[in-house]
Amino acid sequence: MPKLSVNGIEVEVPAGTTVLQACEAAGAEVPRFCYHDRLSIAGNCRMCLVEVEKSPKPVASCAMPASEGMVVKTNTAQVKKAREGVMEFLLINHPLDCPICDQGGECDLQDQAMTYGRHASRFDEGKRAVKDKDIGPLIKTIMTRCIHCTRCIRFGEEVAGVEVLGLTGRGEHMEVGPYVEAVVNTELSGNIIDLCPVGALTSKPYEFHARSWELVKTESIDVLDAVGANIRVDTRGAEVMRILPRLNEDVNEEWLADKSRFACDGLKKRRLDRCFVRRHGKLEPASWDEAFGAIAERLRGVAGNRIAAFAGDLADAEAMLLLKELITALGSPHMDCRQDGAKLDASSRAGYLFNTTIAGIERADACLLIGTNPRWEAPLVNARLRKRWRRGGFAIGLIGEPRELTYKYSQLGAGPQTLAEIANDRHAFAATLKAAKAPMLILGQGALARPDGAQILAAARQLALDFGLVREGWNGFNVLHGAAARVGGLDLGFVPGQGGRDVAGILDGVQSGAIEIVYLLGADEIDTARLGGAFVIYQGHHGDAGASRADVVLPGAAYTEKSATYVNLEGRPQRTRRAIHPLGEAREDWKILRALSEALGRKLPYDTVEAVRQRLGVVAPSFRALGRVEPAAFGNFGSPGPLGSEPFKSAIANYYMTDPISRASPTMAQCVEAFVAPAQTKTGTHG
Amino acid sequence: MLRDSDRVFTNLYGAHDWGLAGARQRGDWDGTKGLLEKGHDWIVEEIKASDLRGRGGAGFPAGLKWSFMPKQIDPKRPHYLVVNADESEPGTCKDRDIIRNDPHKLIEGCLLAGFAMRAHVGYIYIRGEFIDEAHRLDAAIDQAYQAGLLGKNACGSGWDFDLYVHRGAGAYICGEETGLLESLEGKPGRPRLKPPFPAAVGLYGCPSTINNVETIAVAPTILRRGGAWFAGLGRPKNTGTKVFCISGHVNQPCNVEEEMGIPLRELIEKHAGGVRGGWDNLKAIIPGGSSVPLLPKAICDDVLMDFDSLRAVRSGLGTAAVIVMDKTTDVIAAIARLSHFYMHESCGQCTPCREGTGWVYRTMQRMVKGEASVEDIDRLNDVVGQIEGHTICALGDAAAWPVQGLIRHFRDELEARILVAKGGLSSARFSLTPGIAAA
Repeated sequence: MPKLSVNGIEVEVPAGTTVLQACEAAGAEVPRFCYHDRLSIAGNCRMCLVEVEKSPKPVASCAMPASEGMVVKTNTAQVKKAREGVMEFLLINHPLDCPICDQGGECDLQDQAMTYGRHASRFDEGKRAVKDKDIGPLIKTIMTRCIHCTRCIRFGEEVAGVEVLGLTGRGEHMEVGPYVEAVVNTELSGNIIDLCPVGALTSKPYEFHARSWELVKTESIDVLDAVGANIRVDTRGAEVMRILPRLNEDVNEEWLADKSRFACDGLKKRRLDRCFVRRHGKLEPASWDEAFGAIAERLRGVAGNRIAAFAGDLADAEAMLLLKELITALGSPHMDCRQDGAKLDASSRAGYLFNTTIAGIERADACLLIGTNPRWEAPLVNARLRKRWRRGGFAIGLIGEPRELTYKYSQLGAGPQTLAEIANDRHAFAATLKAAKAPMLILGQGALARPDGAQILAAARQLALDFGLVREGWNGFNVLHGAAARVGGLDLGFVPGQGGRDVAGILDGVQSGAIEIVYLLGADEIDTARLGGAFVIYQGHHGDAGASRADVVLPGAAYTEKSATYVNLEGRPQRTRRAIHPLGEAREDWKILRALSEALGRKLPYDTVEAVRQRLGVVAPSFRALGRVEPAAFGNFGSPGPLGSEPFKSAIANYYMTDPISRASPTMAQCVEAFVAPAQTKTGTHG
Repeated sequence: MLRDSDRVFTNLYGAHDWGLAGARQRGDWDGTKGLLEKGHDWIVEEIKASDLRGRGGAGFPAGLKWSFMPKQIDPKRPHYLVVNADESEPGTCKDRDIIRNDPHKLIEGCLLAGFAMRAHVGYIYIRGEFIDEAHRLDAAIDQAYQAGLLGKNACGSGWDFDLYVHRGAGAYICGEETGLLESLEGKPGRPRLKPPFPAAVGLYGCPSTINNVETIAVAPTILRRGGAWFAGLGRPKNTGTKVFCISGHVNQPCNVEEEMGIPLRELIEKHAGGVRGGWDNLKAIIPGGSSVPLLPKAICDDVLMDFDSLRAVRSGLGTAAVIVMDKTTDVIAAIARLSHFYMHESCGQCTPCREGTGWVYRTMQRMVKGEASVEDIDRLNDVVGQIEGHTICALGDAAAWPVQGLIRHFRDELEARILVAKGGLSSARFSLTPGIAAA
C-alpha cells in the first residue's frame, strides 16, 4: 500500500496502482485518450503527463506505477504546458470537422481541447488525410480523425479476441485499420465505437441521425439475449435513436453485444400498432373492443382444457404472470414458456440458472461447455470466459459443434457419449475437472432442446455433484439461456400445470383437435405451421410468424416502451424503463391481459403495475431482490435415463436474427450478409 | 594522445587478419576461462571500477546496468544479453568497423558480459544494411564455436553460452533498446514503456540487458588489464578510450580510437587531416551523431570530447560521430535534412513525435527558403520543446535537439535568411551560402 502525495494531498493506494489512478483517488483529474481501465496500458497519447519529483522529465501517469513517497503534481505550469503541447499535436492533423461529426458533443478530444488546449492553433502547414476503411456494416470509419490511441486495437486483441485491427505504417503515415480489407468480425464490435475517443469510429446505422444533446437518455435493460445487459436508450421524440451500454460490473461491465446495440432499428419496422381480427381469412384492423369481443365470442362455451398458451422469448414477467393466472382461471393447465422445447425443470431454481454468475466466471479455474456456442448465445458471457482465460490457468473443454470461440479450448467430443465418458471418469478432461478448485460447466439450450434433454440435464447435474462443481461457497452448474423471458417464466412456473401439455404436447393437441384455442404472448419461435385449425390469439409488438398466423392480434409494447421486469440468466431480476410510448394503439402487455380478463368475465385483481409486482414477489420471492442474484439451493432436477447419441447442436443458427426485433432490423440483415452469409452457400437468386 | 599500448581496437582498419587466429595474436580470447572463473560478480565489479559508460549514446554506466540483472536465475525466465549492432545514427560507423575487423572482441565480450549477467543466450541485433558485416560476424561466431569458445561449456569454463546474429530490417527506431527488443521478438519496432526496464522485463518478458557493440567489445580488454587501467585513461567519470567517427568536411574522414576527453580540435587535426580549408574555415560541428545539438566554431575551439564536457556546452557525446561542416555548408538545410530523417524514422506510436516531427520538418523546409517569419523561429523552438521529453523513447528528444542547437547558435542566420527572402536586406551582405545568394 504505497503512500504518495498528489498536489499536496496524501493518498494511500493499493500496490500496483498507477500514478493516474492515484491522482484520481486524490481528486486530481488527469486527461487521457489512450488509457482505459479495462484495456492494457499503451501510454502513447502522452496526454496524462504529470510532474513527479526527482524525475527530470514529465511522466506518463497512466504507465507509471505509484510508489512509496512519490510527490506528484498535476497543477504546475510545466504540466499545463505539456498538456497544451500534446493537445496541439493531436489537433494539428485532426480535421476539426466537429460540425459534421457524429461524435460532436460527446467527444473526448473536443472536451479535453476545451479544457486543456490552447485557445488557437499555430499550425499553418497542410493537414494529413487518411483513407477510410470499410470494416463492416456496423462501424463507420473516418480515419482522418483518428488520433492513434489504439484503444480499438487493444479491445479487439484483449476483450473481443479478434486481431483484425492493427497499426500499419510509421510516423506520420501510421494508420489504424485492418491490415487487409476485412470486416471486424466479432459480436462485440460496437464497443469500439464507445471506446474511440474521437469520431474516427462511429455507428454506421446512426450516421447523421441525431446530435447527442438532442437525445433523451433512459436507463434500461436489454432483452435481446438472456444476459440482461444494462443499457441506455437514447430517444428523440417517439423514436429510439440508439442504444448504448451502461456500467454494471456484475453483468456486462461496460460492454454491449452488437445485436443488443444495433437491432434497435427493428423497433421501427413491422410493428403492430393496432388490433387485427381475421375476417374472411384476412386480418383486418379492429378496435380493442372488437378484438376482445371476437376473443370472448370464440371462447364462449369452450372447455378450459381446450385452451393453451405460449410465452415468447421477449415476454416480461408481469405479462407472463397475468397470462398464467388468466389461463388458469379459464381452467387450463396447458402453458409453456420454453418455445424451443428445452427440457428445463422449473421445480428447482438451481437447475435452470447460471449459478456461478457472470462475474463468478472470473473465479473459476476449469470450464466444461456442453452443447453451446457462448459466442453467439451470450456474447458477454463469452467475453467473461475470455477475460478469465487470458489470466491463465483456465482449462476449457467443449462437447458439441466445434466453433471459433475467442479462447483456446479442447474439443472433447460431439455428443452425449462424451458427457457420459467424462462422468464415468473415462475421459482425460475428467482429471482436469477433478483437479480444479472452482470448476464449472455451462449447459447450452442445444443440449436441452432435444428428446433426451431431461436426461442430459440429469446427467449434467450428476456430473456436477460427482466432480465437486457444487461445493461450499461455489456453484459451478450453469445453464446458458438465449431468451430474456426464460428464467422469469420458469420462476413464475409458466410451465404445464397438473396434467398440462408442454410445447410439443400443445402442438400435438392442436393437430389432434384436443386444443382449439392458442394464446401466443409474443411467441414467434414455435412452428406456426402446426397450429392447424386452432383459433390463435397473438399478443406482441412485431408482425412476425405468430401475428401472421393469428386470428386476433393484440398490439403490445416492445421493451423500450414499457417498464417491465426481466430475469436474466443468472436469476437477476431487472427492470426496463419506458423510453418512448407504445406505438399507436398498442399498450403495455400486462394491461392488455388485465383488460382482456375483464372482457372474458375473469377479472384479475390488479389495477396497478405495483399490485402486479407485489404478486410477482409472492409467487416467486426472488423477484423481490431487484438487481440482485438470490443464490438457489442445489435441488433435484432432470430425469435420469439413457442418453441419446445425436451430437449436440448450438441453439442459435444465426446470431444476428433470433427474435422479432432483430429479424425486423435492416442493420441486422446487413450483418447477416456480412458475417453469416459468406459462410453459407448462396442460391441462384443471391445478388 | 592515446599510446599504442593502450589501444583496445588494434585492428580497427582491417590491416590484419579478422579471424580467430589473428584475433588470438592480438590477445583476444587469452585467458578467457580464467576471467570466467573469477565469477559473475567479479566481472561486474571490474567493469564498475573501470567507470565504462555505454558507448551507444546515452552514456549510462555499463557496470551499473549489468548489476541490475537478477542475481538468481528463475528457471522459467532465462536471462538474455542483447547486443545492439543496429548502428543507424547518421555519422556513426564505429560498430561496423569493429564487426568487420575485430569481431572476436565483440564475441568474447558477449561471452564475458553474458556470463556476468548470468545469461546463457546472447543475441546480436545487426542492422539490415550491414550484409557483409553480418556474414563476417556469423563466420567469426562459427570459428568461436568450432574452437569451443562458445556453446556448451564455453572456453571450458562450465558455462553454456549461445550467441545468435539477428538481422534487422532497416528501421532507425529498432536501435532504441526496447524497440530493438520488440523487433527481435518479431513485432514492429515500437519502443516500450519504461518502467518496467529490460533488466526486469526484457526480451520475451525475461530479464535482459542491451548494450552497444563497442561497450561489449571493450569489456574483455578491461577485464584483462583491470578496471583501474581503463579508469586511468580520460577524465574522471569519462574514462577509457573511445572510437570516434569523423566525417564531413575534413581532409581525411576516419574512424579513430582515442582517449576520452581529447580536445575536439586536436582530434580533427591529428587524425582527420584537419578541416577542409583550415580550422578557420570551420562553421559548426555535430560532435556526437545527428541527434545532438551542433556546436559553432567558437565552442569547437577548445571543447573536450567526453560526456560531461559536451554536456556542459549543451550538446552531447552521443555515439562520438563527429560531423564537421565548413563554411560552405548551408547549416539550415543540413539541420532540415536531419529533421526529415527523424520524421521518416518516427515509429508513430506516441503523439508528440508522430505529429511533431512532421511539423518541425515542414517548418524547417520553409526556414531553408526563408519563407517564414521571425516569430516562426520562436514557434519552432517552442514546438521542438513540446516534443522533447514528452515521448516514450528518446527519438523525440533526438528530433528536437538538432533544431534547438541550430536556433541557439545560428539564430542570426535564420533571421537573415527570412529577411533576405522578404527583400528586406541585401542578399550580398548575408549571402552565407552560395545557394542563397542566387535566391
